Amino acid sequence: MNIIVCLKQVPDTDSQIKVAPDGNSIVTDDVKWVMNPYDEFGVEEALQIKEKMGGEVTVIGLGPKRVTESIRTALAMGADKGILINDPALENSDALATGRALAAAIKGLDYDLIFTGQRGVDDDMGLVGATLAEFLDIPQLSIIVKAEISEDGKSVKVNRAVEGQTLVIESSLPAVITTQKGLNEPRYASLPGIMKAKKKPLEEKTLADLGLDPSQVGEGARKLKIMELTPPPQRETGKIIEGETPEEKAAELVRLLHEEAKLI
Amino acid sequence: MAEGVMTIAEQRDGEIRKISYELVSEGRRMADSLGQGVTALLLGADIKENASTLGHYGADKVLVADDPRLKTYTTDAYVSVIAELVKANDPAILLLGASVEGKDLAARLSARLETGMAQDCITFSLEDGNLVAIRPIYAGKAYAKVTFSDSTPQIATARPNVLTLNEPDTSRSAEIIDAQFTLDDSILKTKVVDVLRDESGKVDLTEADKIVSGGRGMKGPENYNILEELAEAIGASVGASRSAVDAGWRPHTDQVGQTGKVVSPTLYIACGISGAIQHLAGMSTSKVIVAINKDPDAPIFQRADYGIVEDLFKVVPSLTEEIKKIM
Ligand SMILES: Cc1cc2nc3c(=O)[nH]c(=O)nc-3n(C[C@H](O)[C@H](O)[C@H](O)COP(=O)(O)OP(=O)(O)OC[C@H]3O[C@@H](n4cnc5c(N)ncnc54)[C@H](O)[C@@H]3O)c2cc1C
Ligand SMILES: Nc1ncnc2c1ncn2[C@@H]1O[C@H](COP(=O)(O)O)[C@@H](O)[C@H]1O
Repeated sequence: MNIIVCLKQVPDTDSQIKVAPDGNSIVTDDVKWVMNPYDEFGVEEALQIKEKMGGEVTVIGLGPKRVTESIRTALAMGADKGILINDPALENSDALATGRALAAAIKGLDYDLIFTGQRGVDDDMGLVGATLAEFLDIPQLSIIVKAEISEDGKSVKVNRAVEGQTLVIESSLPAVITTQKGLNEPRYASLPGIMKAKKKPLEEKTLADLGLDPSQVGEGARKLKIMELTPPPQRETGKIIEGETPEEKAAELVRLLHEEAKLI
Repeated sequence: MAEGVMTIAEQRDGEIRKISYELVSEGRRMADSLGQGVTALLLGADIKENASTLGHYGADKVLVADDPRLKTYTTDAYVSVIAELVKANDPAILLLGASVEGKDLAARLSARLETGMAQDCITFSLEDGNLVAIRPIYAGKAYAKVTFSDSTPQIATARPNVLTLNEPDTSRSAEIIDAQFTLDDSILKTKVVDVLRDESGKVDLTEADKIVSGGRGMKGPENYNILEELAEAIGASVGASRSAVDAGWRPHTDQVGQTGKVVSPTLYIACGISGAIQHLAGMSTSKVIVAINKDPDAPIFQRADYGIVEDLFKVVPSLTEEIKKIM
């Protein structure tokens, strides 16, 4: 099984998000960049499949040079090779352009399965997995909490968590699986793993290497335009409910929810 | 010229889901200000007789694609049929629900149709006839106002529970039309082989109108029964913080937050949850937030509309009792 894991770098979820003076982007000065948490599930799942069935795990990230760090983390976890797609023209690409570039990089590779996260915890779009699957003309299986590859490596059976039920779906391979929490517990990179990762191949590709034209990507090709970013609306300061006893406080809360908020 | 609003109706076991009516209601408001029509698209097997209620909420037409292969959602079958019908009808705006199904469908459709798409929007407006949407990003740490380039349809998914539902008008009826489409078996690469139902019958957190959530302050899985009882009394679903999920007290599907479910109920009651940034991100669009925590400095109180500084094990049972008195 040759497996590809797509990896997006996002601000650490501990980060406060501040809107930049241009009103169109966020302040990135103090941001610590990490692998999208959902992609950790992808790396882990790929490694577990490889450990069982053999093959190779390739990690692909698209973005500026700093993404190398997250790719190295995946290599330290146990992935075999990394590819960084880095080209100034790709800056501000939307999901369609990102998917197009990833598809172009993946097309030339030998692959049976691709993992992406169900969504980036930055812009919360959850588009790239589907876009990639469309451009590669393969099925997508999204929000997956369990995956079982058939013995012959030609199909996969997955559990897909939807509201109030779980669908068990069979699909031919290759396919794109988008990961959901519950799929596995991602391992940490070990010290020997970190040492080994330094020697693993990490290739860098530009748009020209992928045979793409700058006009197909970047700000100019965006189908969705950001007009403005704003901080979330301020919530009014709330009330701390006073009372002598827990019972009194509970009663007062119920009164407020009933009479003031009219919710119960 | 692309014209009108098309909404995708979602059904489960033939029953139309609430989000479908929310979309038709919003589509009606958009179409009225554009002076255009609303078409709802309903896919399923033997579902035609359920189509008329979409008219009560404002659809002018309901296009019904009836086929045994459309009984349960699969990406390949639904995208193929919907893409064909969208091309034939050429709507300017295409609205879907930001449900698991709607998000999956919208994502692939936008790639197939090579058009812009905005996921999980909470408000819509029209500027010069173009769709403008507000969507929380970073799970609500910032809001993005977005619009589309020239390509149509402009695709957006709407978060459940945030759009105003029209009063159903049973005297209003939609024209019900059998949709013409082709569906070639050779493109169907995925198959639903089993459906594991959650028999608890509780509403999923992303669709719940009320949520009672418990964190590490619950001390152990056995104590969630007091939250279940409170939830039962007010018709809420029970959620959890990541700490509670990671401790194995609650299932993964219950996690609220930046790396769990992003929720927008009208009432969110956080019990024994400190209010870490990742948790707040997932629930701060709730209409009313209540926090119960024994630590007066817990950050959750900065977001709460109502706070009780107290031992939750003393407050929650009284709360349930007091509620039962007035119900
Ligand atoms: C990458 C990443 C992603 C994350 N994603 C999420 C996410 O999606 N969702 C999420 O929730 N967290 C997430 N977290 C974890 C988050 O940072 C916090 O660790 C977590 O939310 C804390 O959970 P808690 O509030 O239940 O526990 P704690 O922070 O331990 O808080 C427990 C609270 O209970 C109170 N308490 C204790 N006993 C009582 C009592 N008897 N009565 C009343 N109050 C009591 C305490 O005062 C305390 O405030 C993420 C972290 C990381 C690193
Ligand atoms: N720039 C990127 N490079 C590599 N993978 C990406 C990139 N953007 C998105 N992805 C993949 O797609 C998933 C969903 O991201 P998004 O569609 O941006 O929400 C991520 O978890 C990644 O697996």
